[in-house]
This record gives sequence, structure tokens and C-alpha cells, in this order.
Amino acid sequence: METQALRRDAVGIDQVVKVYGEGASAVTALKGVSLSIADNEFFTLLGPSGCGKTTLLRIIAGFEQVSGGRVFLFGEEIEQLPPNRRPVNTVFQHYALFPHMTVEENIAFGLRRLKRSDTEVKKRVGEMMEIVRLSGFAGRRPGQLSGGQQQRVALARALAPQPKILLLDEPLSALDLKLRQQMRLELKQIQENTGITFIFVTHDQEEALAMSDRIAVMSQGEVQQLGTAEDVYERPSNRFVADFIGDTNLIEATVLGEDGPDRRRCRTAQGLELTASGSGDPGQMVHLSIRPERISLVAGIGGSGTPCTIDRIIYLGTNRQVLVRLADGAPLTLLVPNTSGSTLEPGSAATISVAPGAARQLRD
Amino acid sequence: MASPQRHDLKRYPGFGAVTWACIVLLYAPMLVIMIYSFNELRSITTWGGFSFAWYLKALNNPQLHSATFNSVVVALVAATLGTILALCAALAMTRGRQLKHQSASFALLNLPLMVPEIVTAIGSLVFFLAIGIQLGLSTIIIAHTVFCIPFAYLPIAARLQGLEGYFEEAARDLYATRWETFRYVTLPLTMPGIISGYMLAFIVSLDDFIITNMVAGPGATTLPMAIYGMVRTGFTPEINAISTMMLLVSALFVSASYLISRRGASS
Repeated sequence: METQALRRDAVGIDQVVKVYGEGASAVTALKGVSLSIADNEFFTLLGPSGCGKTTLLRIIAGFEQVSGGRVFLFGEEIEQLPPNRRPVNTVFQHYALFPHMTVEENIAFGLRRLKRSDTEVKKRVGEMMEIVRLSGFAGRRPGQLSGGQQQRVALARALAPQPKILLLDEPLSALDLKLRQQMRLELKQIQENTGITFIFVTHDQEEALAMSDRIAVMSQGEVQQLGTAEDVYERPSNRFVADFIGDTNLIEATVLGEDGPDRRRCRTAQGLELTASGSGDPGQMVHLSIRPERISLVAGIGGSGTPCTIDRIIYLGTNRQVLVRLADGAPLTLLVPNTSGSTLEPGSAATISVAPGAARQLRD
Repeated sequence: MASPQRHDLKRYPGFGAVTWACIVLLYAPMLVIMIYSFNELRSITTWGGFSFAWYLKALNNPQLHSATFNSVVVALVAATLGTILALCAALAMTRGRQLKHQSASFALLNLPLMVPEIVTAIGSLVFFLAIGIQLGLSTIIIAHTVFCIPFAYLPIAARLQGLEGYFEEAARDLYATRWETFRYVTLPLTMPGIISGYMLAFIVSLDDFIITNMVAGPGATTLPMAIYGMVRTGFTPEINAISTMMLLVSALFVSASYLISRRGASS
């Protein structure tokens, strides 16, 4: 990575390695991760548990020491700085609100440690409580608040000292669905209004897609793909990303020939012929990903599509998930809009067709 | 959240009998002592009417005054020193990086709970004589501080272990130095354990006889030593009265210690 870029960006991670333990029991949590996060960005680290996303967040916060590599904050190398000397605040997964302090004292904690004047602390705490809509709760203890309210206090406490970077460690995971969806919008709004760089850690791909400017999809201590929500969903770079972000059909196929630049005619093992974006010479085996919503389904047999049998229909509200089997028994998953008067029945015959470009070739 | 169903102990055969046997054996002697402390007669076996005379006599006994004063001074100093040392040890054991001999350190800290008291008593005496320290209040305080440590350590360490490390991380994250983190977060959150430990240590020190008697030397008499001396010269209800008052103080301390630790656990 260019040093120039590391100096310009809000956060620069350069070849960071983290190894826990030593000798035979050593576990490598990060295997040389490099990425840079721009100022004012809503950046998400997304991955399954154990992928290293929380470790990376804790390294940026200063709770963990790197085993190798460098960490920059606005061009300044910070590996050696203790957490209290980094202009970075964290919203913890379990909030970690101080139980012996009131809401007001919790929010004021960072400002007090920064030796801000009483009037400034008072003013700032008032502002923060307004932003998170908790005015009137100043004298309560965290134990007297609901989960959603505690979460707002945690957010206000971390934002009060006006950090340059806000780290959020799965902050919504303890909330129920409705509240979670509402908080997503609020978080995004607060990020846009304050202009603070947010680094958000989550294992929830929907959350990541809904809020992020850019997403780093992580697995096994490495960044698998870095891009916008659309990039990682529409153009997954490998099988892990395609499988982890959203549902997908992973299919093996053989390249038949060219169909324009970066497009190949392919035939799957089941005899389904389609055009996929990607490369390769005729005869080469490739892995394809087809999103369930990109396959269309018509009841009955006929037309130019591939015949299949409907195996099972799962009702999802807005959509229905349809599991079908092709002639040789190979399964495919489809997602069809839940329109009224549909004649789909388990056991009945149907025809599927895959639009050109819906299939994507994947690297391993 | 629903807790798993517990056994109904009352269904076990003999449960009631064992319970009552324990209660009677534990509390009947104390009850008898308390009752006869109000006896008008100079007997601890024959009841002769109600009176506060023995309490007045005990409260006006100058020997007991100085013994009580000594006991309180020793207990205050030993419990304070013991609690401070115990807090340091508990912080090191629960917050420090894994020590090389963690379990050995734990065993060493709690050794005074395991070793027969008479052994510690003789050992301390020999040690003080060997290094030439004049026996007196100071040697009592040193010996008491040592055995106060594990009593203060256990509730403090339990509290610290129950306290998730993320409160301290949150404080550090919010610009608190190590000292400020301790002062504003760790210490207040550990306070119920510290108070509870301090009270236990205080009571244990106030009650101790064997070690005290061994390392006291001439002149430095504590309350348990004074009571023991009085018993040897003749048993009167005055001893019952003193015992009852000590019992009351102990009960107050232990209850307060329990209530404080329980209140801390629920917050």
C-alpha cells in the first residue's frame, strides 16, 4: 500500500498481523490485513464470528497490540499509543455503561477526562441527549433503562467527546428486529450529520448492506472483498463472498465459448445453458453464482426455458422461496415476488430461465 | 429467565431432624449465655431474677476498658492494612497479565485459612523472637494483618471477577488514564467487595485469641485475652454480659457485610 494514501486517509491498516498465544497453541486472528478508510466514511467490517473483524476493531481502539504491521490515524502511526490517547471512541457490544453513574455522568465521562470546562460539559451532554432523544433521562441509572435506551446512551457517550473515528462493535445485535431496523436509519443519519468516520463491525449482512458506504468482507483473518454494498452483492469476488452475502446458487459449469468481452457461454453439469460474466477458455471448469431472485419461474412447461419440478414453497411474506429440481434432480433455489393468484404448487412442473448476466463466475 | 427447577429438600428423609439438631447445637449455647447475662444471682446455672447489674459491672471494669481499646486499635489497623494488601493482590490476580504461578500464588494468599492457627501462632512467636522485635501491640498488629488478608481477599476477588473487564476498557477508551480508570470505575464498582472484606477482617481480628495470646507479650491485653483471664479466676454472669455484647457487635458487622455485598451484587 502506498504511504501517500496512508497519510491522507482517516485510518490506514498496513499488513496488520495478529497472533494470539505462542508456540503450538498460537492462533492467527489476522493474516496481514491492509485497507484504508476515508474520512467521513461509513465503513463496515463484515464476516462470520471468528473472522478477525472484532480483533481489527480492538486494534484500532488500542485494546490489542499488533503482532506485525502498522496502523495509521490521519497519517500518524498509532500502534504504540494507549487507548486513552487515541481520538477514537467505541460503542461496545454490551454497551459497557458504568452502572454506578447516571446517564448524564456516563455521557460526561469522556469530556471530564479531557478536562473540559463545566459549562462546556453541561452544554455538550445536553446536546448529545437531544440527538439520541433521551432528554429527561439524565438522572436515571443504566439499570433503569431498556435495551434500546441503553444503546442510545452508549452512542451518546461515545460521540460526546467528538472523536475523529467512532468504532461500533455489533451495537445492534442485542436489540429486537423492529428496533434494530429503526436504529440502522438513525445511525446512518447521525453519521451523515456529524461527519465522523464510522467503523462498524457486524455479522449481519443485511445491516451492512443497508448502512455502509463501503464494506470489507472478512473471513479467516483476511479481507475477501472490499467494495460498496452493490459491489459485494452484485459482483462477489469469490465463493465465500457470494455465499456469505445473501442467498445464492453455487453451480459448477463448463465454458463453451466466448459471448462478448468478459462473457462466456457456459453449460452446467445439469445441462442448463447460460451466459455468465467472467473469463476462461472453452472446456474449462468454473464456479458460477446465480442469485435466487435473478431466476424467473413460469408455471407449466413450454417456452425457451429449462423444465423443472417444484419441490417446496416457503412463504416469506413479501417473497416466496421456491426450491426446484431440474430434470436430473439437481436443486436450485429461487425467490419469486408474492403476487396474488399464483398457481405454483409443490410437485407441479414449471419452467425456469436465467437472464443473461445473472450468473457470475467466481474465483475460489 | 426461568431458572432450572430445584429439588425440594424437605422431601429428603431426616432433613427436619438434622436441621433442628444443627440449629440447637449452634444457637442454644449462645441463647443460654445471653439469658444468664441478665441473671441477678452470681450463678450461671441457677436463675434468680432479671437484672442489668452484670452489664453495668462489665461496662465499669477498667481492665476491660483498656482491653477493648487495644482490641479495637488492633482490629482497625490490621483490617485496614490487610484490606489494602488484599485489594492489591486481588487486582494483580484478576487484572494483571496471567502470572507464572497463578494457582501457587492463590494458595499462598489463602494459606492462613488452611494452616492450623496454633502453628501460625507458634511460628509467629518464634519469628518475632528470632529477629528481636519487642512483643506488644505492634507484633499483634503484624500477625493480625497477615491473617486478615485472605478474609478480605476472598470477597474482593469475587467481586472483581464478577466485574467484566469491559467497564475498564470503556473508561480507557474515553480518555481515562490507568489511575483515573481505577479511581472512577474499578474502585467504586469493587467497593461492596472491599467493605464486605474489611468488615470480615475486622471481626476476625477482634475475635482472635490463639495467635494474639502467643505474640502479645506482657502488658498488651486484648478483649478475648481479658475474658479468658476472667474465666480462669471464676465464672460470673459478667462474662456472659461481655460475651453477649461482643456477639451483638459481631452479628451487626456480619449482617452489614452481607447486606452490602448483596446490594452490590444486584446493582
